[in-house]
Amino acid sequence: MHLLTASKLAVFRGERLVLSDISFTLASDGVLLLRGPNGAGKSTLLRAIAGLTPLAAGALSWNGENALEDLPTHAGRIAWLGHLDAVKPALTPAEHGGGPALGAVGLAAYANLPARLLSAGQKRRLAIARVVASAAPLWLLDEPTTGLDGASTEKFCALCEAHRAGGGMIIASTHMPLDLRAAETLEL
Amino acid sequence: MIALIVRELRLSLRHGADTTASLLFFIIAGTLFPFALGPGPATLSAIAAGIVWVCALLAALLPLDRLFGADFEDGTLDLLLLSGLPAYGVAFAKASVHWLTTGLPLLLIAGPLAVMLRMPGGRIPLLLLTLVPGTMLLSLLGTLAGAITLGARRAAVLMPLITLPLMIPTLIFGAAAVTAPHPAAALYMLAAMLLLALPLAPLGAGMALRIAAE
Repeated sequence: MHLLTASKLAVFRGERLVLSDISFTLASDGVLLLRGPNGAGKSTLLRAIAGLTPLAAGALSWNGENALEDLPTHAGRIAWLGHLDAVKPALTPAEHGGGPALGAVGLAAYANLPARLLSAGQKRRLAIARVVASAAPLWLLDEPTTGLDGASTEKFCALCEAHRAGGGMIIASTHMPLDLRAAETLEL
Repeated sequence: MIALIVRELRLSLRHGADTTASLLFFIIAGTLFPFALGPGPATLSAIAAGIVWVCALLAALLPLDRLFGADFEDGTLDLLLLSGLPAYGVAFAKASVHWLTTGLPLLLIAGPLAVMLRMPGGRIPLLLLTLVPGTMLLSLLGTLAGAITLGARRAAVLMPLITLPLMIPTLIFGAAAVTAPHPAAALYMLAAMLLLALPLAPLGAGMALRIAAE
């Protein structure tokens, strides 16, 4: 059982205060969907939670302890899906660390082909497979369903539910409605 | 960290042309000197060590702008920073890979190039010995410069402007060790600089990577 608590987070992006006074609590099995118009700071909040962008104010705690004190330890709790897929054209999906999760996203047949042959949606699925394959409890997903077809989106939601059933938690920014039970929404 | 190094080595193997390009540059740049200065053994042998050193420096700079640049552009840098390795660990792995794919092959070709430049045979082992810490220093400082210029416009131009001045002390002592009658002092100096750069350059590069990823 894990507990992630954010209290009064504020984040600068360059000279601009993008986020201020953001507070939420997320426990195991929880889902938090970030919503807001373009430029509202959804990605910035995800990066701040991951420890990539420093907080200007506020505190982020993991099970009651300061989460960002030791960044490598904090990184071990996180599976990251950025808005970029981080797929290397020259490596195969298997070499990207998708491993056993490749089957779950329907890429098992492509495991040993160079990733440059994959379509945009398939690259996205490869990035999702990497998240699924990591054993991290907290998934941070930036527009996870971009480029996915309907069937893949359903599969993705099933993977999310399986992750939650195993005690995981998810924070995702999204414009699309995601079919996840008991999802909380944070409007930015 | 081993896994990261293996993965990067595999990537550079798949992008073989990038790796070979700096080697070919090294050979071609070294070959230009006899054409410009004439093939006289007296002239060439006197400056052979300097030519090999400078050409090795310039050749090793070529792959540096892609060292972090590709990862920065495709989002891999975020994953590297979230891989559980500290940022300096990522930088150290990158420097190791740069040395293994650029420094080591340059060392292997430096011998034949020195022979071609009429370097006295007895001096060649010494040249290679100085190039070992020399190329390592270049990989470390180059990684630092690569991380600092990450995300900057015209990073490819900035990088040599940052790296090359930092390499001047290494160049002085490296070339001096080959030509001086008593090379030990210069070699110790090179080793000392390597020991200094070994922890400091990855630490600095790691900080720069974190700033670039913000």
